[in-house]
Amino acid sequence: MIKKFVYSQKVAPYVFVLPFILIFLLFWFYPLVNSFIMSFQDKMLGQDPKWIGEANYSKLLTDKVFLTSIKNSVVYMLGTLVLLIPFPMLFAVMINSKLMLGREFFKSSFFLPALTSVAVAGTIFRLTFGEMEGSLMNSFLGLFGVEPIKFLKDGEWSMAALLILACWRWTGVNMLYYLSGLKSIDNEYYEAASIDGASAWQKFRTITMPLLKPTTVYVTTISVYAGLAMFTESLMMFNGNNSPKNIGLTIVGFLYRQGIEKNKLGYAAAVGIILLVIAMIINLTQLKFSGMFKKEED
Amino acid sequence: MSRIVIICLFIVLFVIIMIPFYAVALSSFKPGESLIRYGLNLSLDFSIMSFDNFIYLFTGEHDYFVWFWNSMTLTIVQVVLTLFVSAFVGYGFAAYDFKGKNFLFICVLLIMMVPFEILLVPLYSLINDLKMVNSYSAIILPGVANAATIFFFRQYLRSIPKEIIQSGRVDGANEYAIYFRLIMPIMKPSFAAMAILNGMNSWNNLLWPFMVLGDQSKFTLPIGLKTLLTPYGNNYDLLIVGSFFSIIPIFILFIAFQKYFIDGMTAGAVKG
Repeated sequence: MIKKFVYSQKVAPYVFVLPFILIFLLFWFYPLVNSFIMSFQDKMLGQDPKWIGEANYSKLLTDKVFLTSIKNSVVYMLGTLVLLIPFPMLFAVMINSKLMLGREFFKSSFFLPALTSVAVAGTIFRLTFGEMEGSLMNSFLGLFGVEPIKFLKDGEWSMAALLILACWRWTGVNMLYYLSGLKSIDNEYYEAASIDGASAWQKFRTITMPLLKPTTVYVTTISVYAGLAMFTESLMMFNGNNSPKNIGLTIVGFLYRQGIEKNKLGYAAAVGIILLVIAMIINLTQLKFSGMFKKEED
Repeated sequence: MSRIVIICLFIVLFVIIMIPFYAVALSSFKPGESLIRYGLNLSLDFSIMSFDNFIYLFTGEHDYFVWFWNSMTLTIVQVVLTLFVSAFVGYGFAAYDFKGKNFLFICVLLIMMVPFEILLVPLYSLINDLKMVNSYSAIILPGVANAATIFFFRQYLRSIPKEIIQSGRVDGANEYAIYFRLIMPIMKPSFAAMAILNGMNSWNNLLWPFMVLGDQSKFTLPIGLKTLLTPYGNNYDLLIVGSFFSIIPIFILFIAFQKYFIDGMTAGAVKG
């Protein structure tokens, strides 16, 4: 009887999606709801919680360290948007052009940095941005007569270092996204434009860029997500979650410090909820603005 | 714009991208104290270069190969389970119409849009309540129905003709036999793409395993490498050669299965 029930065509789809439902409920929905509840509590691991209302939130909004972490994360996110969208797009167009030689070679070598773990990449860049004269970046700058810079002690320089690390790791990946977007553009558009006497720049502006919009929306969405959630890069770069004057502290770094290092679970949960709200607002606005909701109806 | 300008630009970019790899490879032949004093650099000083770090990596007393082995095991188990479960679910979404399907699929998309990091604290306290701290299952289970992977399989399977399923039914096969005998064999290329992508993520994953695992004998490679840098002193001799050595397996995998890597990266992500 049971066998017949499970094997029926009506029940089978639910059996197929059951693993998702279970994992979703246990490891996603429950923790999320729990996080929301915890954010109104004073809670330590293994102890009974105390209800304190919105106190965590009002405390957060006046917590200077938290505001610093938001600033750092937002600056980092905006930096990755400015650097990791236009340039990869341009590189993809160039690599795709008929003039290019060794296309496959460049495509794969640009992808290699994405294969390194953040533990390794962070270590490499920590040593690259060493403050001594002889370390890679300073010796390079030395060629132009620049005095050695203490990259990881000065807020702006360390942000630059984090962004350089992000560019090194992700330019090739975003370029690949754009290359696959370019594949779907019909060559006839370009031929028609050539007949009308359009210049390369005009073609890029009026054909390539608009038709790459779905790719741009996708890349923007994942960049917003990744930028706001950045933590391990800073953890590796500063050899721990404590950077001088918190110049490398991100929102997740702050969450980690409060929740895991200091065991203030409620306070950390409130940080998580705020991060969720920020990420949702930015992404939904962005998706609405670019008209993506209309496209998703299938 | 002429061909020469474009190619020169790409050669310059190539050099910039390769410098860190080159510097690491070079530095793994230098003593750790040179790294402490000069950081990573490109100087080819043969008088200090030797195979000492490599000899130490292979013969010295440290846990490097324990971590390496742990990473291997964890990656393989995680990839096999995640692929098995996610493909199963993805087929459910692609092949059937059922009540609640849209709602459930929105849940899949939601997971893809919400930063995992916000769940760090509640998930950690859940793992703690379930007495799963320090176990690999705490790393594997939450990701076993991976939203992005489910999404990919669902996209992929939507292009498979429904006639195959119908013909299976006509032949009297049950729904699961159809999936395991008829559909799964067709999915091979998509399994390859997802295996590589999930494998890369699992091999390189740092944050969640770092939180879950407290026991040094259970550390994975990224955690182990991280712990070599401490506020009390850095074990650069092992760190640099260990970092270099840890990149190699994934590089070999990439070079052997390039096509699948790129498919996995891009397919399903963008539809025009």
